[in-house]
Amino acid sequence: MSQSTVDVPPKGGFSFDLCKRNDMLIQKGLKAPSFLKTGTTIVGLIFKDGVILGADTRATEGPIVADKNCEKIHYMAPNIYCCGAGTAADTEAVTDMVSSQLRLHRYQTGRDSRVITALTLLKKHLFSYQGHVSAALVLGGVDITGPHLHTIYPHGSTDTLPFATMGSGSLAAMSVFEAKYKEGLTRDEGIKLVAEAICSGIFNDLGSGSNVDICVITKGNKEYLRNYMEPNPRTYVSSKGYSFTKKTEVLRTKITPLMERVEITEVTGEAMEE
Amino acid sequence: MSIFEYNGSAVVAMVGKNCFAIASDRRLGVQLQTIATDFQRISKIHDHLFIGLSGVATDVQTLYQRLVFRHKLYQLREERDMKPETFACLVSAILYEKRFGPYLCQPVIAGLGEDDKPFICTMDSIGAKELAKDFVVSGTASESLYGACEAMYKPDLEADELFETISQALLSSVDRDCLSGWGGHVYVVTPNEIKERILKGRMD
Repeated sequence: MSQSTVDVPPKGGFSFDLCKRNDMLIQKGLKAPSFLKTGTTIVGLIFKDGVILGADTRATEGPIVADKNCEKIHYMAPNIYCCGAGTAADTEAVTDMVSSQLRLHRYQTGRDSRVITALTLLKKHLFSYQGHVSAALVLGGVDITGPHLHTIYPHGSTDTLPFATMGSGSLAAMSVFEAKYKEGLTRDEGIKLVAEAICSGIFNDLGSGSNVDICVITKGNKEYLRNYMEPNPRTYVSSKGYSFTKKTEVLRTKITPLMERVEITEVTGEAMEE
Repeated sequence: MSIFEYNGSAVVAMVGKNCFAIASDRRLGVQLQTIATDFQRISKIHDHLFIGLSGVATDVQTLYQRLVFRHKLYQLREERDMKPETFACLVSAILYEKRFGPYLCQPVIAGLGEDDKPFICTMDSIGAKELAKDFVVSGTASESLYGACEAMYKPDLEADELFETISQALLSSVDRDCLSGWGGHVYVVTPNEIKERILKGRMD
């Protein structure tokens, strides 16, 4: 039998076996596919008791809005969350992978994860792929050494900052932060400032839109406020709904009834009568 | 011309009240020439889980075979069917594994989960999941489908109304796309039955 590649679950990492075929198709003049990007405004800031992360909720595919309410704040550890901008598949995959690695590390050491551990794992992975894994992240959390906020760029460089913004709406959000940020903000002031920065991204940047998600992390506690603000509700919703004048014409119908679950009741055995 | 426009496709899934519907067009073409009008884009994984794949037809068939293989292995090990959320994670992982040389297709997954709660999701060609509570679309007609579904969709539709809504959305969208159409194929799945219907559409 000629050697056949058996499709068993792989050991891990990327597989490059379709690259040659895809390159051949591109050379023949067919354009490569576009990926789901999160145009995005993501922000983070350090306040008196911890870290607040914020993100918008629009996912774009070229100029089209693919998802009006996606989640861009990813869970890393009970005390660490990470916002992601860039190619959606890359941010999800890389944050999921590092989240699993952190959990295994927690089991091994018996201690809570530190933000700097997540930072090192992420930057090592992104640098080794030289920027081809296109994930720009804002990582924030509170650990035993205090609150931390970092930004990670797709090529693997990192910054440690008291307030940070990333994504296509980062300039709009940074202008709000530069004007209004001060050290020692209270929780409510911090949330208000983050919401304002994300709104400025939502309204001024075309790649960001829809709602505001906020995550507040303090020592020993976290609050994920999904859709904290919804400044873009659907207006003019007709209560009647859509009515169709002509019904669809059907050529063939096939109905497959699904098996109903059978209940087996045990009857105490009676000896067979002879 | 984009690689996805090589064969042409349109797939849409919608959520109803304890049911879901998934629909696709039936054309298979090679750029502007039509070579089949009965191409199967939606496939059953198990009684309560369907996957519709749009994009290059060869990758549609290859990916479907790989997924059925993995699901059968899962059934042997776990002695039960896969939940739709788990299946979506599996598809996402298989697509992301080929991040730098991807399968050129975009799946639409629809299933009934626990307590017969409908689940739909779509992904781009490298596995970025997009969960939605109302409808998901994919294919060359996706822009028209977004518009049609946004206008026609209502939450909590019963199975027959859901069928009417999804069929009208599909047929009106593929009428505006040269590369998809030639009829429609709709599956409406409730906890008790699967209704598969072939629609009559414009054959041009």
